[in-house]
Amino acid sequence: MMSTRVKFFAIFVSFVIFAVLVRAQGPAYKVSRTPDGQPDLQGFWSNATYTPLERPDKVTKEFYTPAEAVAVEKAAAARENEQTDPGTVADVHYDFTQFGLDRSQATLARTLRTSLIVDPKNGKLPPVTEEGKRILAARAEEVKKLGGRWDSAQANQLDDRCIIMAGPGPPMMDAAYNSNYQIVQSPGYVMILTEMIHDVRVIPLDPSTGSGSPRAESRGDGRLNAPTQVRQWMGVSRGRWEGETLVIETTNFNGKNPFRGSTENMKVVERLRRVSEDVIEYNFTVEDKSMWERPWSAEAVMRKTNGPLFEHACHEGNYGLYNTLVGARLEEKQAAEAKSKKDSK
Amino acid sequence: MRNLFLVRVTVVAMTACLALAVALVNAQAPAYRAPRAADGKPNLNGIWQAINSASYDIEAHSAAPSPVLELGAAGAIPAGLGIVEGGTLPYRPEALAKRNENRANRLKLDPEVKCYLPGVPRATYMPFPFQILQSQKHIMLIHEYAGAVRTIYMADQTEAPADSWMGWSNGRWEGETLVVDTKGFNDLSWFDRSGNFHSDALHVVERFTARSADTLNYEATIEDPKVFTRPFKISMPLYRRVEPNAQILEFRCVEFVEDLLYGHLRKQPSQ
Repeated sequence: MMSTRVKFFAIFVSFVIFAVLVRAQGPAYKVSRTPDGQPDLQGFWSNATYTPLERPDKVTKEFYTPAEAVAVEKAAAARENEQTDPGTVADVHYDFTQFGLDRSQATLARTLRTSLIVDPKNGKLPPVTEEGKRILAARAEEVKKLGGRWDSAQANQLDDRCIIMAGPGPPMMDAAYNSNYQIVQSPGYVMILTEMIHDVRVIPLDPSTGSGSPRAESRGDGRLNAPTQVRQWMGVSRGRWEGETLVIETTNFNGKNPFRGSTENMKVVERLRRVSEDVIEYNFTVEDKSMWERPWSAEAVMRKTNGPLFEHACHEGNYGLYNTLVGARLEEKQAAEAKSKKDSK
Repeated sequence: MRNLFLVRVTVVAMTACLALAVALVNAQAPAYRAPRAADGKPNLNGIWQAINSASYDIEAHSAAPSPVLELGAAGAIPAGLGIVEGGTLPYRPEALAKRNENRANRLKLDPEVKCYLPGVPRATYMPFPFQILQSQKHIMLIHEYAGAVRTIYMADQTEAPADSWMGWSNGRWEGETLVVDTKGFNDLSWFDRSGNFHSDALHVVERFTARSADTLNYEATIEDPKVFTRPFKISMPLYRRVEPNAQILEFRCVEFVEDLLYGHLRKQPSQ
């Protein structure tokens, strides 16, 4: 067992190495090619991180020093372990630490950034438009109509319902645990499998942008487009290679899984570039004129991790949702019985 | 003497005929050679779909009315010639009784009704497309139904680490054929909507072979000594979805079944 001190020294060293790597960015690393000529992003990756999307209010700088980053990570890990105090709701759910699910036990995609958002410069989401405020207010009304969280399955969060989690996006975000991905490339396609709920993105590549990999089996030109009526949880994605960078554009969202408030008009542009054997730079820009006054951008990291991924049959084993609803109805019945007993006295 | 000569000539002629016949039969078989992927292996990449009624019943069956009255002819069951070699599944007697019970209660028991993962081989012949994505280490099978995914390990092969709905698949190339060996199943998925089922002892060996530019031969040998008296084989062609804009769309059915599964647990307004 590693002592805590040794462990945090190791984390410190990894931050220092990361800082050096960021500074030393140069043409040193040459990404290898798949047999059909694409830059090779294949393998297993993690985007687990303690770095928040938005910069905490009391932080005013863009980067932590390695020593500060260690302290922030240490505090965050301690908070995450705390949630499983005996008798708490989280503890009834399951003990994250015991089952190896807290982030301190994962392959962390570390960064010295204080927020993933790099634009706006203050590390925060841009101001919400007037239309956006009306949409947020209308949504809040809809949620109210659903009643309390345990009134129905539909009143629960999407992740508790096993419909979709934070991982697949797009944009792809830390999913609190199991933030693991598998990338497989075949001629004309990049596939990204998210471990959580086995959500999979099959991204067709535009062959006219020199990916070197036309979809041999296609009868068309490979520039897929879905009609505007086709709306999906993960949207509809199209990809292209710009040199070493995979650029993925996604539209056609169904608007039922707002990302920090986004609507069905969101457009996400993701950029994946492998900068070393173990690191993919993952940058993305979000544009949604219905919600924000201007587009915003973030810079994150995906770090190589050990495979394989396992089947996450979330819905099939969703005893949690069933049992909480059963419990809520039982409590109501007991309360009604107690009341009628009291009334009859 | 002369008769003996005739006999000899006849035998030689018959042998020659037989040899010719054998040669012809052999020559008929694997005439098609698939185009090659960049790594030299047969290129099976594409979006594929079965066109048959095996998703209703893998055995031969007549057309039948809809199990849901309101759906009328729209929900009725089309006839099918079956995909099981020999026609009938070799059930153990007690397993056959369970199949019949499943069938009688299929609306309540069929995992598809609940939007559960389809299992193998059922995923292959559901009325949804699936995509084969081929790389050297992993071949992915991506199904539109419920977003079911199978990873076929062509390298780094291991035993199944735990039981699962879609099993644990290791693959290999045998000439023109992709052979996929899958074990590590749970006992929760079915083979079709008619209650045909398996146990956690299920072992499926599938063979994917290109038979023309736009069709594959699909064969699976199914072994499950807890349920069947012997292994059996199923087979069917798979057809390429050749539309220029063919793509796997989302069929995220969980939200479609929430009222069915949890509706009775909804808070009543009177309470």
